Amino acid sequence: MEKVINGKAFVLENNIDTDQIIPAEHLVYSLSDPEESKMYGKYALSSVPIEKSGLPDGGIKYVAPDKFETEFPVLIGGANFGCGSSREHAPFALQKAGTKVIVAESYARIFFRNAVDGGFVIPYESVEKLNNKIKTGDEVTIDLEKNVLRNNTADEEYQLKPLGDILPILEAGNLFEYARQTDMIS
Amino acid sequence: MKMTITEKILAKSAGKTFVEPGQNIWLNVDVLMTHDVCGPPTIDIWKREFGSAAKVWDKNKLVIFPDHYIYTKNPQANRNVALLREFANEYGIDNYYDVGTERYKGVCHLALAEEGYNVPGTVLFGTDSHTCTSGAFGMFATGVGNSDAAFILGTGKIWEKVPESMKFIFDGELPPYLMAKDLILQILGDITTDGATYRAMEFDGDGVFSLPMTERMTLTNMAIEAGGMNGIIAADAVTEAYVKERTNKEYELFTSDAGAKYHSIKKYNSALLEPVVAKPHSPDNVSTVRSVEGTKLTKCYIGSCTGGKLSDFQAAAKILIGNQVRTSTFIVPASTEVAKALEVETISGISLKEIFEKAGCVIAQSSCAACLGGPADTIGRAQDDEVVISTTNRNFPGRMGSRQSEVYLASPLTVAASAINGVITDPREFL
Repeated sequence: MEKVINGKAFVLENNIDTDQIIPAEHLVYSLSDPEESKMYGKYALSSVPIEKSGLPDGGIKYVAPDKFETEFPVLIGGANFGCGSSREHAPFALQKAGTKVIVAESYARIFFRNAVDGGFVIPYESVEKLNNKIKTGDEVTIDLEKNVLRNNTADEEYQLKPLGDILPILEAGNLFEYARQTDMIS
Repeated sequence: MKMTITEKILAKSAGKTFVEPGQNIWLNVDVLMTHDVCGPPTIDIWKREFGSAAKVWDKNKLVIFPDHYIYTKNPQANRNVALLREFANEYGIDNYYDVGTERYKGVCHLALAEEGYNVPGTVLFGTDSHTCTSGAFGMFATGVGNSDAAFILGTGKIWEKVPESMKFIFDGELPPYLMAKDLILQILGDITTDGATYRAMEFDGDGVFSLPMTERMTLTNMAIEAGGMNGIIAADAVTEAYVKERTNKEYELFTSDAGAKYHSIKKYNSALLEPVVAKPHSPDNVSTVRSVEGTKLTKCYIGSCTGGKLSDFQAAAKILIGNQVRTSTFIVPASTEVAKALEVETISGISLKEIFEKAGCVIAQSSCAACLGGPADTIGRAQDDEVVISTTNRNFPGRMGSRQSEVYLASPLTVAASAINGVITDPREFL
């Protein structure tokens, strides 16, 4: 696991559900085929209403129309990120698009488990609400050892909640690696 | 120490005498269910992680219902069903219900009940967020993703954090214009879409226990819409009768101890509640039907694990009998068993199927269909800026298809009344 993540932030509102993260019509693509699975990156966050895509002003696609990857590796969400269906295609789509870390006030249970157990993205919880403080396009640095998000554009720093029980799974890579390291499976 | 029903079932599954909220425990899984959207990627992960020696931990405990994208020409969707078929053949999975055969069932959550996989006191996981539906049978049931499911497939085990419990009590039988859908939407309006995140939602009171199993399943089905880990209703004589008709598996009845600890307890007087809708674009954006009466509709939809059970169609038929719909209306029986029942069950000597046909409804084949939009050729899919009223479970942007569409969620009674008038209508107008 990287110790420091740098890049541009993309800001979203509360209650981003998995249909907005990856619309159901796209769930037909293979997740294991390297070429076909790129489609998940292409359509990541494609159902977020355009006026709310990239706050505060909106109007920004997470992945540009002719691309398979985003220029924003850090997602800033609000409360209840990832609510809705259990589709693991959601954190997978974000990983495919190039999302490395999400910082949100809170997560829906299944999305959170999927992000961690599948080893797709790091789901950090913020101490305070950040989707009204950080702007899409701001350059941010996340220090995973100090649990701090630094907004380099605005010259501000915010505390993140320690990853706690999920840290060993994230460090191992996914639930299976963790289970092998702890001799639960061979 | 006092425990809730959820805590007791989790303790049993973990081989412990006592568990408490916040504790991380490893559970022994009684049933793992998957379908055509999440089954193939789950199998891929299982093969990748367990290698050539990958073994299904217990063939009798794996159940596969293709149900999401069935009646479509989409090649990738059809390939996913073919992958399930190959897997079932290769590994000898008897509990596979193939498309295009007599065994095909339709929507997994209802199929689990009908085929006798819902057994009081057991633990069921599924690769679908609405797996919580099975909690109506006094069991622990919850949804997981593909990685967790692949882990279960190889080991029969999974970790969970013991949830805090919230109790929702409905005092008094429901008046004839209310359905379980109104109750759960009312709760969602009160506690919002993250009001029960990582918690158990326990439903109680004579209002709940006077309901048939299929209505109870509507309550537990939408626990996930509040972020709930599971919904649960203790099994009673009604549950036992349903279960005994479907399986001879042994079951164990659990109830919450008097004095068990709850995060919160909320009480409702059934007689004081009104028919409600969830307005676009969230299941917690709840108002009375009266407050949005007259909203013009372009489509009405009765179907899905939430609102496509026999009791849902009986309710809708009660209103539609002898009437004509003014808006295009889709009837999508959740399971093939329900589809057959529409031909047999009658009101005033007329079959439900005939009532719907005479009213001008389109009757579709059993599957998840347009509840989640699906491929472009899915029947009933929301197009362009359509305004839809639906008995389904979610109305997030784009959920039923077009991102420009607006979806109202309501009970089958309310949807049927609205279909007749072409505008949102309180069912009391027809009762």
